[in-house]
Amino acid sequence: MSEKSHVISTLVEHKPGVLQNVASLLNRRGFNIDSITVGASEVEGLARMVFVVRGDEKVLEQVIKQLHKLVDVVKIKDLDPEYVLKRELCLVKVKTGKANVRSEVIQYADIFKAKIIDVCDDFITMEVTGHPDKIDSFLKLLEPFGIKKIARTGPTAIARGHH
Amino acid sequence: MRGGDAIIKALMDKGVDTIFGYPGGTVIPFYDMLYDSDLRHILVRHEQCAAHAAEGYARASGKVGVCLATSGPGATNLVTGIANAYMDSSPIIAITGQVVSNLIGNDAFQEVDIMGITMPITKHSYQPKDANDIPSVINTSFEIASTGRKGPVLIDVPKEVQEQELDDYVLGTIPTPGYKPTIRGNSKQIAKAAQMLKSAERPLILAGGGTILAGAGEEVKKLAELIKAPVATSLMGKGIVDEKEDISIGMLGMHGKQVANQNVNKTDCLLAIGCRFSDRTTGKLEEFLPEAKVIHIDIDPAEIGKNVAVDLPIVGDAKIALDQLINELEGSKIDESAWFKSIVDFKKSTIPRVSYDDIPLKPQQVIKEIAGAITEDTIVTTDVGLHQMWAAHFLDISKPRKFISSGGLGTMGFGFPAAIGAKVACPDDAVLAIVGDGGFLMVSQELATIKEHDIPVVIAMLNNRKLGMVYQWQNKMYNKRYSETDLGNTPDFVKLAESFGINAERVEEVDKTQEVLSKALKDNESMLIEITVEKDEFIPMFPPGGGINDLLGEYKYEKDVAGGK
Repeated sequence: MSEKSHVISTLVEHKPGVLQNVASLLNRRGFNIDSITVGASEVEGLARMVFVVRGDEKVLEQVIKQLHKLVDVVKIKDLDPEYVLKRELCLVKVKTGKANVRSEVIQYADIFKAKIIDVCDDFITMEVTGHPDKIDSFLKLLEPFGIKKIARTGPTAIARGHH
Repeated sequence: MRGGDAIIKALMDKGVDTIFGYPGGTVIPFYDMLYDSDLRHILVRHEQCAAHAAEGYARASGKVGVCLATSGPGATNLVTGIANAYMDSSPIIAITGQVVSNLIGNDAFQEVDIMGITMPITKHSYQPKDANDIPSVINTSFEIASTGRKGPVLIDVPKEVQEQELDDYVLGTIPTPGYKPTIRGNSKQIAKAAQMLKSAERPLILAGGGTILAGAGEEVKKLAELIKAPVATSLMGKGIVDEKEDISIGMLGMHGKQVANQNVNKTDCLLAIGCRFSDRTTGKLEEFLPEAKVIHIDIDPAEIGKNVAVDLPIVGDAKIALDQLINELEGSKIDESAWFKSIVDFKKSTIPRVSYDDIPLKPQQVIKEIAGAITEDTIVTTDVGLHQMWAAHFLDISKPRKFISSGGLGTMGFGFPAAIGAKVACPDDAVLAIVGDGGFLMVSQELATIKEHDIPVVIAMLNNRKLGMVYQWQNKMYNKRYSETDLGNTPDFVKLAESFGINAERVEEVDKTQEVLSKALKDNESMLIEITVEKDEFIPMFPPGGGINDLLGEYKYEKDVAGGK
C-alpha cells in the first residue's frame, strides 16, 4: 500500500481544547499531519477542521476511527481526491527596490490573480489564493526577486457538487 | 444550593453511594458542603489510591466509580489511576478542584492543566465555569463513562464555581452530537458470522474484558456450547466463563495456559469478542492465527483491524451482538466435534502443576492454597508482576467481575486499593487482594484507610523480596544481571500492618497458608498474610517480540507429581 496524501474534513464542536485534543490524538497515534485548518462552519456551534494526512489505507482508516472516538468530533469525511476542491491562502512580501522589478512582480501578480494589499518603497505584499500547487508555482516565480516573508494557511477543502 | 452541593446531589441522583477522595485547598468548599451531606466519603491516604479504589468499585459492581482530589498535586496523583481506567475501559469519574477561574493560566498555587494532562487518557473531560451547569455535566459524564466503550471522564471544577449559588438545579444533559456508540450488530454481518461459525471445523472463542463490561457471561457460554468452541480469554476476560469447566481453556498470551497458547493457532475460525489483541495476548502478529478466519465483535470500531486483520467486523455491544448471533444460530445443529474433544483432552492432560512441598513455598502451591480458601463469590484483585501472572495462570475463576487486575497499564500498586473499592461496592462478598511485596509497599499507607473505615480486605502478599517480574526477565534474558531488583529485607510487613492496627501473620509452611486465609476470609476482618515464596521459581512465557508458541521456561504438570499431594 502506498503512502498517499488524504484530505479529511471534520465537523467539531467549536470550543476551547478541541484543536489540542485532535492534534494530540493524531500525534500520539503516530499519524503524519501536513496541515490543519479550522474555522466556523455552516452549523452554529460547530467548526470545520480540515487536515491533510499522509499514510496508507490502513493508517487512514485508523485516523478516522480514532477521530470518531473523540466526543467533540461530530462528523468525519475523507474527501475523494477526484472531487475535492482544495484551496489555500498565502500572504507574501517581496523585495521590489527597483522600479522595473516592481512592475515585473505586478505582472506576475496579475497572471496569478494575486491581490496587492500593501506597497512601500522596498516591498510589495500580495495575497494569493488557490490550489496549493498554484501557490507553490507563484512563490517559485517570486523567489529570484527576494522573498521577505511568507504566511500560508495550509489548504482547506470541500467536496465538489453533490459529493 | 451551591456548586459543591450540586456535585453531591447530582452524584446521589445518579445512584452514587460512596466516593473516594482526599481534600486540599481548591476543594475545601466541596468538603465543607460534604460535611452536612449523606454521601459516604472514603478518605484514602494517597490520591492515586482514590482512583484505583473507584476503579475497583466500578469493576466489582458494574456501576460508575467516583474519585475526587484537589488541584495541582492532588490531580496529578490521580493520573496513574485515570490512565489505568482508560487502558482497561473502566467507567470512573474523576473530579478535581481547580484554582479560581481568574487565576487559571497564571501558574497559581497548586494550579496544573489537568484537562490537558489527562486528555490522552480520558474518554472526555469538562470544566464547568458556571455552577448551573454542574448537574448536567455530571449527568452527561455518567452517560459517557458508562456507555459505548467505557472509560474515565474528568470534571475539573474551579473553586469559586463550587461556591457559586445555583439559580435552579436541573439534571439535564450537555449536548454531545458526536457521541453515538453503536450498540446493535449489523444484522447482515451477524448472519455472515453465523455462517462462518457453522462451517468452521475448529472454531475458537477469544473473550476479552469487553465481555465482562457488557455482562455477557451467559451469552458467551451459550454460544460456545452451541457451536462447540473452546473459550480462551485475555487477562481482562478472566472469569467470563467458569474456568473449571471443560469449555474454558483459560488465559491466552505471554503467560497463558498451555492449552490456550498451543491450540489457538490451530483454529480455522476465531471469534474474538471485546478484546483488543494486545501484544501481551497475541505475541508476534506474523505468527498469530496463520490459518484462521477472524470475526471480531467490539463496541469500539477503532479496535477492529487495529492489530489483527479481521475477515468479519461487527461493531456492537458484546452482550447484544452475541444475543443476535445466538438467535441466528439457534436451531442449527452443530455436532460435538473431534476438535472440541481434542481440546478437552489436551486441557485435562496439561493441568499445570500446583502441588509442591518445598520450603520456601512455591508460588504455584500458594495459589493452590488460595484456591482452596476462596469461594466462587470471592472477589480476587491482583497487583502487577509475577504474583499476578501466577494468579492469572493457576487460579481458576468461576464468575465475571471476580477477578480484578490491572491489565493494559500494568500498574504496580493497583491491587490493594482496587480491593478496597471492590469491598465498598460489594460488602457482602469476601475480597482478597493478591499482591507482591514490591507493589504493596507502594500503597501500604492504605492500611490506614481500611482500619479507619472498617473495610475488611484480606491481603495475601507473596513475598520474595524481589521485583519479581523484572527479576525473571533479568534471569531469562539479561544473563542474570539482577540490576536493582532486590528489594532487601525491610520492612517487617507484619509489624507494618500491626502499626496500623491491622492483624497480620507471616506464613512459611504449606498447611498453614490455607488455614489462615480461610479464617481471615470467613471472619470478614482485614488481615495481611505475608507468605514467603521461592524467588527463583518462574512462570513459563513467550519472550517479548516472540510468537505465541515460543516458550521460555517449561510447563510442569500436576499428573507428574508422585503420588499427588
